[in-house]
Amino acid sequence: MSAHADNHAHDDDHGHHHKETFVTKYIFSQDHKMIAKQYLITGTIMGVIGVLMSMMMRMQIAWPEEPNVIFEALLGKWAPDGVMDADIYLALVTIHGTIMVFFVLTAGLSGTFSNLLIPLQIGARDMASGFLNMVSYWLFFLSSVIMVISLFVEAGPAAAGWTIYPPLSALPMAQAGSGMGMTLWLVSMAIFIASSLLGSLNYIVTVINLRTKGMSMTRLPLTIWCFFITAVIGVISFPVLLSAALLLIMDRSFGTSFFLSDIFIQGEVLHYQGGSPVLFEHLFWFLGHPEVYIVILPAMGLVSEIMASNSRKPIFGYRAMIASILAIAFLSTIVWGHHMFISGMNPFLGSVFTFTTLLIAIPSAVKAFNWITTLWKGNLQMNPAMLFSIGFVSTFITGGLTGIILGDSALDINVHDTYFVVAHFHLVMGISALYGMFAGIYHWYPKMFGRMLNKNLGYIHFWVTAVCAYGVFFPMHFIGMAGLPRRYYTNSNFPLFDDLANVNVIITIFALVGGVVQILYLYNFFASIFYGKKTVQNPWKSTTLEWTAPIKHIHGNWEGEIPHVHRWPYDYSKPGHDVDFVPQNIPLKDGEEELQH
Amino acid sequence: MTALLTIIVLVFILVAIWQMVKIFDLAQAKNENDNPGVATDKDNSINGYLMMGFLAFIYVITIVSFVKWGDLPLVSNSASEHGPTIDNLMIISMIIIFFVQTVTQFLLHYFAFKYKGEKGKKALFFADNNKLEAIWTIIPVIVLAGLIIYGLNTWINIMGVDESDDPLVVELYAQQFNWKARYGGADNTLGKANVRLIDIDRANILGLDESDPNAQDDVITTELHLPVGRPVLFKMRSQDVLHSAYMPHFRAQMNCVPGMITQFGFTPTVTTADMRQTSQMIEKVANINKIRVENSKPLIAQGEEPLERYEFDYLLLCNKICGKSHYNMQMKIVVETQEEYDAWMKEQKEFKNSLVN
Repeated sequence: MSAHADNHAHDDDHGHHHKETFVTKYIFSQDHKMIAKQYLITGTIMGVIGVLMSMMMRMQIAWPEEPNVIFEALLGKWAPDGVMDADIYLALVTIHGTIMVFFVLTAGLSGTFSNLLIPLQIGARDMASGFLNMVSYWLFFLSSVIMVISLFVEAGPAAAGWTIYPPLSALPMAQAGSGMGMTLWLVSMAIFIASSLLGSLNYIVTVINLRTKGMSMTRLPLTIWCFFITAVIGVISFPVLLSAALLLIMDRSFGTSFFLSDIFIQGEVLHYQGGSPVLFEHLFWFLGHPEVYIVILPAMGLVSEIMASNSRKPIFGYRAMIASILAIAFLSTIVWGHHMFISGMNPFLGSVFTFTTLLIAIPSAVKAFNWITTLWKGNLQMNPAMLFSIGFVSTFITGGLTGIILGDSALDINVHDTYFVVAHFHLVMGISALYGMFAGIYHWYPKMFGRMLNKNLGYIHFWVTAVCAYGVFFPMHFIGMAGLPRRYYTNSNFPLFDDLANVNVIITIFALVGGVVQILYLYNFFASIFYGKKTVQNPWKSTTLEWTAPIKHIHGNWEGEIPHVHRWPYDYSKPGHDVDFVPQNIPLKDGEEELQH
Repeated sequence: MTALLTIIVLVFILVAIWQMVKIFDLAQAKNENDNPGVATDKDNSINGYLMMGFLAFIYVITIVSFVKWGDLPLVSNSASEHGPTIDNLMIISMIIIFFVQTVTQFLLHYFAFKYKGEKGKKALFFADNNKLEAIWTIIPVIVLAGLIIYGLNTWINIMGVDESDDPLVVELYAQQFNWKARYGGADNTLGKANVRLIDIDRANILGLDESDPNAQDDVITTELHLPVGRPVLFKMRSQDVLHSAYMPHFRAQMNCVPGMITQFGFTPTVTTADMRQTSQMIEKVANINKIRVENSKPLIAQGEEPLERYEFDYLLLCNKICGKSHYNMQMKIVVETQEEYDAWMKEQKEFKNSLVN
């Protein structure tokens, strides 16, 4: 393949001898490993903000009338005498969603691990374009900064929900947050999308062109398959959100009527005529739904890799796993309408989207069963990464199953936009993807920082988080089925829901415990960068190429020649070998058969 | 205050955990091999048992949720004709889900426990099996095919409005942050309307076309009254932002979209009075009132009015984020006999008489 020739040509460009200054090494770095760390740390900071917001929301829901010193301290003028304002509650809902979905679970997860692992696992010196990679990170950083700045504008940040449906998001008179706050939100997201596209294009080109000798597509680790397909989905769907954002900016600032029509607000008729908010919903969800797979696929890839390595067993059904990734990716682009069953679109479309949506359950089920079978008769090494991977499968199943209810248009009528939905998507994409991310961090931390995370802190982190995640989201299904709408600042105006208040208190307590225990993780993460135990080169005895690279990060990843690949990535406990893992760069023995997987 | 105390307690617990981990680390340090930070056989064993503990936790939280809160979900006692079909589909889906959940969680956690690692043990090299893959592809296909067919049938029945059985036509009109209902009057035909025709000075608040003969006898109300047993066809409109007309007891919901008219139809089957008499509702209301009495105590202590006694009413809620007071955008729904409905309707003002000159 010509790709291999290119790769060798590429070698020459990357001598490890050119000088690096502090700025080119730590700030405007073009090295994928450093960029991965930058993504991770920026994502972590955004994650802290997002989680703090959710804890404040939970306190407001559990104790709605009570003054709260935490609100007073953190929200300032938005919590006079410590009582949270209704506008800021909606802003918290909005920014929490935006930050967690895009800044933490898209950029923080996919950005970190695609950057770290694609070149290392396919045997490349770096990304196809180190420069674009750097630009991609700095655009992400800029969009994060703008999003954080938007929290401090006079009238408050965007507050129309993370879905920012117009007209609410388009009209400053409809809501305080739809002024400057929403403008900054849109600008931030437009920059974010540019960053995401640059990153995705880079990942795609790198995976296609820069694989080392012998690394055929069917010898790629599943992590790389997932990052690759994620990038493809991103390239297909993110531009549509960009167009929606641009059209919304036009409606807001230049008087066009793409999404607006026949509006009478605050005593006057507006000039908008002929647009439709439903059009915006279509454009938004054409990204919005694939987005949940952009979030979950990389987590699936990380979990597949970690499970195989820690089970000391090949991942079960490698080809079926790839096929299901492809099936999920394809289906993910034709199911967006299940968010819109009752939006006023033609009920016939609802039927079509119900059909395609429920089909996604099939590849998802295949994946879940394959993970479970991977554990069967393994020799499970219960490292924190493995625990988070098992936790991932558990929450993915629990959360995924309720998708069968929500994807069914007839059932959606009564649970749409209730807490049932909140419970569903938090389990299946929020918690699951977060577990995937934690698993990845615990597993590849030694690769990133050359030191180990403290495993005992890791165990406590996992078990408390796991109990709290179920404690928060399992009961939440019940209050949703009782008809409690989401995004209500308080439920005290509905005596009908008084019997749900005690459930909400229980949920909040679990949420607070689960949130606070993340401090342990943060301590572990940052302290171990400096004080963690030094790692050996291949601490988990894995087979993939990144563990053949030296512990110390060097520009170009490997000294000397790039390793060649002779086998698939899952030769764990292969009969005929003394050790229970055979790295990909070890040639087949005489007479050894490569598995026809 | 509660929140602050909770957080302070949590932080103390954290510090305690921290110290304990340090002790653990010291105790482990001397046993550790040349590969620090990697799970030992002891870790594998402890965490394997914890996996079984966690499986028990999942089952317990499931059972506790059902025992304590199993009566909360709206899966019975529906008040519309199509309600029971949704409820049945819901219950069937739930049974399937709980079966799959129980089995798969068991397998996952049990395997994690059973095959916990030991030094010197070798895992089974088991990479592929087409038969197994086929089984767990085909079984979900069959189950989902059934659910899809059942679900689509239900959906089409609900959404298909049969205009021939002469439904009562009612407009639901949404604005920040309240609801209005408009009835077609004697001719059961809604007059033309557009927000551009709103004239607050003349009290034409919904923008009815004053020249349209059909509009003259329209009736605009702030409470939704429905005669029991008669199909109702709702036409939804919004004047400002998206809202969603959610009527949970009737298993009905549809968004209200500025610039277009959306619709949803159902037939109410239980009057408000009858619903209040069902044993399920009596129990629920009694429970809520007990909670309200409890919540009133601190209010009384402060010399404030206690909370009002709760009596059940059907409600229309806004279920699409619509701005600051989204949390309190509601309208009372009264389902009554035809005679009661006629009597109520007679008291309402027709549009032509409600205008101010």
